[in-house]
Amino acid sequence: MAYETIIGLEVHAQLKTRAKIFCGCSTEFGGPPNGHTCPVCLGMPGVLPVLNREVVNFALKTGLALNCRINPFSRFARKNYFYPDLPKGYQISQYEHPLCEEGFLNIDVDGEQKRIGITRIHMEEDAGKNVHGEPGDPYSYVDLNRTGVPLMEIVSEPDLRSPREAAAYMRKLRTIVRYLEVCDGNMEQGSLRCDANISLRRVGESALGVRTELKNMNSFKHVEKALEYEVRRQARVLNEGESIVQETRLWDVERGVTLSMRGKEEAHDYRYFPDPDLVPLQVDAAWIEEIRASLPELPDEKMQRFMTAYGLPQYDAEVLTVSRELSDYFEACNRAAEAPKSVSNWIMGDLLRECKGDDEALAHCPVKPEMLAGMIRMIEQGTISGKIAKTVFGEMLKTGKTPEVIVQEKNLVQVTDEGAIAGLVDRVIGDHPEQVAQYRDGKEKVFGFLVGQVMKASRGKANPAAVNKLLKEKL
Amino acid sequence: MDLFRWTIHEASAALRAGRCTPAELMASVNGRIQAVEDKVHAYVSVAGDAAVQQASSLNARNEASPLWGVPIALKDNLATQGMRTTCSSRILEHFRPPYDATVVSRLKGAGAVFSGKTNLDEFAMGSSTETSCMGTTRNPWDPTRIPGGSSGGSAAAVAADACLAALGSDTGGSIRQPASHCGIVGLKPTYGRVSRFGLVAFASSLDQIGPLTKDVIDAAILLKAIAGHDPRDSTSVNVPVPDYPSLLNGEVRDMRIGVPQEYLQVGIQREVREAVRNALDLLAGAGASIREVSLPHTDYAVSAYYILATAEASSNLARYDGVKYGYRAEPVEDLLEMYRRSRAEGFGPEVKRRIMLGTYALSSGYYDAYYRKAQQVRTLIMRDFEAAFDVCDVLLAPTCPTTAFRIGEKVNDPLQMYLSDIYTISVNMAGIPGISIPCGFDDGGLPIGLQVLGKHFDEATVLNAAYAYEQRTDWHRKRPPL
Ligand SMILES: [Zn+2]
Repeated sequence: MAYETIIGLEVHAQLKTRAKIFCGCSTEFGGPPNGHTCPVCLGMPGVLPVLNREVVNFALKTGLALNCRINPFSRFARKNYFYPDLPKGYQISQYEHPLCEEGFLNIDVDGEQKRIGITRIHMEEDAGKNVHGEPGDPYSYVDLNRTGVPLMEIVSEPDLRSPREAAAYMRKLRTIVRYLEVCDGNMEQGSLRCDANISLRRVGESALGVRTELKNMNSFKHVEKALEYEVRRQARVLNEGESIVQETRLWDVERGVTLSMRGKEEAHDYRYFPDPDLVPLQVDAAWIEEIRASLPELPDEKMQRFMTAYGLPQYDAEVLTVSRELSDYFEACNRAAEAPKSVSNWIMGDLLRECKGDDEALAHCPVKPEMLAGMIRMIEQGTISGKIAKTVFGEMLKTGKTPEVIVQEKNLVQVTDEGAIAGLVDRVIGDHPEQVAQYRDGKEKVFGFLVGQVMKASRGKANPAAVNKLLKEKL
Repeated sequence: MDLFRWTIHEASAALRAGRCTPAELMASVNGRIQAVEDKVHAYVSVAGDAAVQQASSLNARNEASPLWGVPIALKDNLATQGMRTTCSSRILEHFRPPYDATVVSRLKGAGAVFSGKTNLDEFAMGSSTETSCMGTTRNPWDPTRIPGGSSGGSAAAVAADACLAALGSDTGGSIRQPASHCGIVGLKPTYGRVSRFGLVAFASSLDQIGPLTKDVIDAAILLKAIAGHDPRDSTSVNVPVPDYPSLLNGEVRDMRIGVPQEYLQVGIQREVREAVRNALDLLAGAGASIREVSLPHTDYAVSAYYILATAEASSNLARYDGVKYGYRAEPVEDLLEMYRRSRAEGFGPEVKRRIMLGTYALSSGYYDAYYRKAQQVRTLIMRDFEAAFDVCDVLLAPTCPTTAFRIGEKVNDPLQMYLSDIYTISVNMAGIPGISIPCGFDDGGLPIGLQVLGKHFDEATVLNAAYAYEQRTDWHRKRPPL
């Protein structure tokens, strides 16, 4: 039986504001247990939440970047449930009236662009953390440092049709929140979390099938793998004539399967109602415009610009704009080198191989944009060959020295003096009579060997073009 | 001389003139507390010598503050740093907050001295102070009767001269009803006029802190001291605070006074109706114009109130789970047992009843029929008042349908108990200010309260109408024979 996969994602992004959402405590990760707490985030009697405006700014940025409608009137609600890491016995979230609705995000899968609807974006507070004692310690402990750290929940429409699309959506979302500098997008550390709703339906049918909710996927790879597993599992269940149970399932990283949470979590009735401690949030046009004006150039726009302004192929433009840091690196480098395609090649090749697509590593890379640009300029000017440049790049990485210094210290300047090269050419011709004879008999392949010998004799420094020209003449 | 009998303004004048010191005044109040507390039981915690200490260590006389050196009692649901704040509940029996309520820090800043924390219905849920787990407070006019509630301790302390004035909180009448039953003045300000930070929440959208005092001038003084925007309470409104005491002139000529016809119908005690009629005649005689108005949705107020208030309470009281502070049942096998037993043993029956009512009202499938519908009723009640205030400056009504009932009389009949708030509840639903002032006694010698209601943030007019009546009567000077 052929099925169509229907996926919708609920993404929680931890916002990088300095203070928590409803009190002045620091959001910094780590710190001694309960060190970043106060009566408000501890939920003590009589205290009241006060909304941190910066959180709204961050959510607005995201809403605008994801093409959402910003609701002029939104409000916070209480989600009631008991858990030790939830000190008030309720989480303050948004329910009936979220801040942002009806947006979209474009993703690229196999060169095809697809628009994924965003249902809503709302703000809420994070919960704390239960810590269980060492073996032998009968107590459990509660650390409320994370309580009240602002979160943004981004809910997509069920528009994703494959695990690959879901992964592409996650990556794109991560790129955008990082461009906006509202979230550091680290899935492994949990600052970006993803739950997925997934169901199958027979091809051609319009009604949605019964869905399951997947949790505990803490990397892009696991999002894709867990969904792939679940597609297979649901198809198997349906093919056996059974029906899917609507439930929450956990991705088991070790075993590579999803497991039912049944029994572990009872069906909750969260008894949502508007939080009477917080007045409705009103966002006027001036506030929205202020935020809109502060938006940076977003990945899609930047990619277009890289293609038109620098004449880069789409693939290059896409890779270079995957993060703001990388695109900044490219532009800084190209400003000095003025050779977009060469700069792009070096970044996508040698630089990214070193930094493994990690912006942190890029920021700390000893090869600064001006250094790479200097090296590329030396290639363009013929001072060094592309081959020598590989050596120079390696040295820059190792020592952090500028290419000019490296080339000078290691005496790597390309030999372009035809007199000097001619001497080497003569010597090689003299040393290899057999190959010379073969070449003259029409075995052109031997030519490469002879060029190599000349280059070797120059210890790589001879200008290859000059070597070619002189060798041809002399043969 | 019995210093403890003074009002705030009398004491303030004496302190300013150097006729006594804050410590002497506080010591006098302490003596009075000792003398009457056995009969009244207004306090949960008495500051005692610590209060005298506080009084003697006050900074140099603050000429500008009428509260400098004045002993004030605080309802025990107002957070006081380092001082036990129990809400008269076992679950918070030993709780000492690391912070002061905003009203408490404002009073401290004004140089007030705290005589202690007063009794209340557990978590302010009740109309008689009988649901307190700290014992029942008695009405100083008749110790077999309730003082009203939930601010019964504050009202009884003021009436018994066991403090000069007190703060209470009013969610459905909890300041005005006990003020009425104890023959004193009690003011519930506009919702948003006074910061709720540090007031242990019962129903957040209805709770408001206000003064209980011996006369209207004192109410004006205390309100001035505690009112105003607070950045720590988003629901406190940033509007200017008038200088209430200086606006009292007792002038009601051409004031348009409305009488809600629904408030003088069935179920009202004869003497109460007569006292209110007399008050209307008196004010008409002073030049006010009286007219009947209608508040057609009054009948639905109590039901809607008990849905909204309990819904909010069910959520507000979820934090008392034995995890972080307060009562924890021990030993327990697991988390669920800890929750169940801590809450079962920590809360009293009325609190449990309201948590269950509220939980039910918010449950999926019932939300629209109960909570949402009640919110719609609330809007209609607000519109009723808006329409009335289109043609009136203030409204006059009884505070309660009857005078104070007997201890134990209604404690097992929650519905009858809830109905005793019938004239006060709508005011909280609409968020408007209301004051109760003494307007006579019933045949048994129990005080009757007159309620004056005003427009949002128009406490000045409410106070002035009340002051005009007070000026022309001497009910407020009567004290119980203790
Ligand atoms: Zn905090």
